[in-house]
Amino acid sequence: MKVLVPVKRVVDANVKVRVKADHSNVDTANLKMALNPFCEIAVEEAVRLKEAGIATEVVVVSVGTKAVQEQLRTAMALGADRAIHVETDEELVPLSIAKLLLAVQQKEQAQLVVFGKQSIDGDNNQTGQMLAALADMPQATFASEVKVDGDNIVVTREIDGGLQTLKMPLPAVISVDLRLNEPRYASLPNIMKAKRKPLDVHSIADLGVTLKAHQTVLKVTPPAERQAGIMVSSVEELVEKLKNEAKVI
Amino acid sequence: MTILVLAEHDNAHLKADTAKVVAAASAIGGDIHVLVAGHQCVEAAKAAQSLAGVTKVLVADAAVFANHLAENLGKLIISLSADYSHILSAASSVGKDTLPRVAALLDVAQISEVIAVASADTFIRPIYAGNALATVQSLDDKKVMTVRSTAFDAVAATGSAELVSVDNALDARTEFVSQTLTESARPELGNAGIIVSGGRGMGSGENFAILEQLADKLGAAVGASRAAVDAGFVPNDLQVGQTGKIVAPDLYIAVGISGAIQHLAGMKDSKVIVAINKDPEAPIFQVADYGLEADLFDAIPALNNLL
Repeated sequence: MKVLVPVKRVVDANVKVRVKADHSNVDTANLKMALNPFCEIAVEEAVRLKEAGIATEVVVVSVGTKAVQEQLRTAMALGADRAIHVETDEELVPLSIAKLLLAVQQKEQAQLVVFGKQSIDGDNNQTGQMLAALADMPQATFASEVKVDGDNIVVTREIDGGLQTLKMPLPAVISVDLRLNEPRYASLPNIMKAKRKPLDVHSIADLGVTLKAHQTVLKVTPPAERQAGIMVSSVEELVEKLKNEAKVI
Repeated sequence: MTILVLAEHDNAHLKADTAKVVAAASAIGGDIHVLVAGHQCVEAAKAAQSLAGVTKVLVADAAVFANHLAENLGKLIISLSADYSHILSAASSVGKDTLPRVAALLDVAQISEVIAVASADTFIRPIYAGNALATVQSLDDKKVMTVRSTAFDAVAATGSAELVSVDNALDARTEFVSQTLTESARPELGNAGIIVSGGRGMGSGENFAILEQLADKLGAAVGASRAAVDAGFVPNDLQVGQTGKIVAPDLYIAVGISGAIQHLAGMKDSKVIVAINKDPEAPIFQVADYGLEADLFDAIPALNNLL
């Protein structure tokens, strides 16, 4: 079984971004970049499926500028076998990414596509579901447990208020949540090895996909800053303030 | 302009999120229809009829919709979509699962977690864990979007919409196996007036007992930071933050939570924030209205005694 894992390069989770002075976008120049944390969990799950003898090959794919090859190498250092880079300098909406991934999936014919549930920059939480729709595949989002059972996959999902388990025929799309696994660290030998793994580059035109404009970002502004309040010195004072000043209890 | 709102419900009850999404629809303007898709969901549909501003409630009552699976809901919405200019849902686990499928099949982009409506085609949504707000103008003929329900006030229950059944024959491919929902007498995180949340400082899952005691005294819901979920103290459905629940209660009490940006993203719109932490440098104090520098294992029992 071949597993395809789409991944994204994002600003590192520990960096606080700032909005540009002209409100055109956030300023990501010179910020530390990383593999999106949920994509890391997705790669880990695919690699574990391979280690368990269920997956035969793990292919990672990313859409973006040449810089995303750094994250593709990271994913290969974590155990992916090869990588596909769809090169574009344009910032694309999730639907356009999903269309490009559909073209990749049609070439690769993966039985399972594993996404991170959302990227921590756009916070869209869309691409996996969109690929599933375009490819007419069943989907299980927000996975916290994944079991492949012959031609089916059984997925436990994190839903509002609890857990839900679904069973669906392969090929299928899943998106992973936080608790699915704890990703490994790449070892130095594996980082070296990843440099020699195959990485194919395609343009959007190579894939035969035509994209269209769906939206315009008119401006990006900073949110209203919350002002720090006061420090209280005791539990008694806190209760008094909450009762008489804030009047919330 | 006619807007379709996907109702959030558990068949027996309409969830409060629906009235908030209808409020977002009212801000766009136009006729508002609510789709209640479920199984034996007549009670939820009746509740939807009373939402102010709604003119029609569409009911799709069939076993395939019982568990709100995205594929089935997606197909249903697509079959109805010709009549609508906007399709909205809450940014709930059902909405986030379903609407991107709908958008992709309609060949339109989805706008996620809308917090404000600027006009019928322009919306504001948070990006980067709420550290920036993007004003996005849609160029698509249909707008598909999820709404962050904490950003809108529920419409009143003063309406009397017409009830209409919709045809819904479809085959399900995905099989529902089971579901376990956390049983709790406490209010739901998304709609609680007061939330008491614990972080890594709680030290263990057992120690959450003192927070639960506090929550019960205040009639509050219990939440947690991602650190507490990662450490295995509590289940993920309690997680408040960028990738968990987004909440905005009247009072949010953060206990033993340092205040990572990902956590702040989930709670900084709360009306009053209290932080209890023994580290005076903890970033949570920068957003708290009332900060108490104290060992939580002293402060929380003392608070429980006082209340």
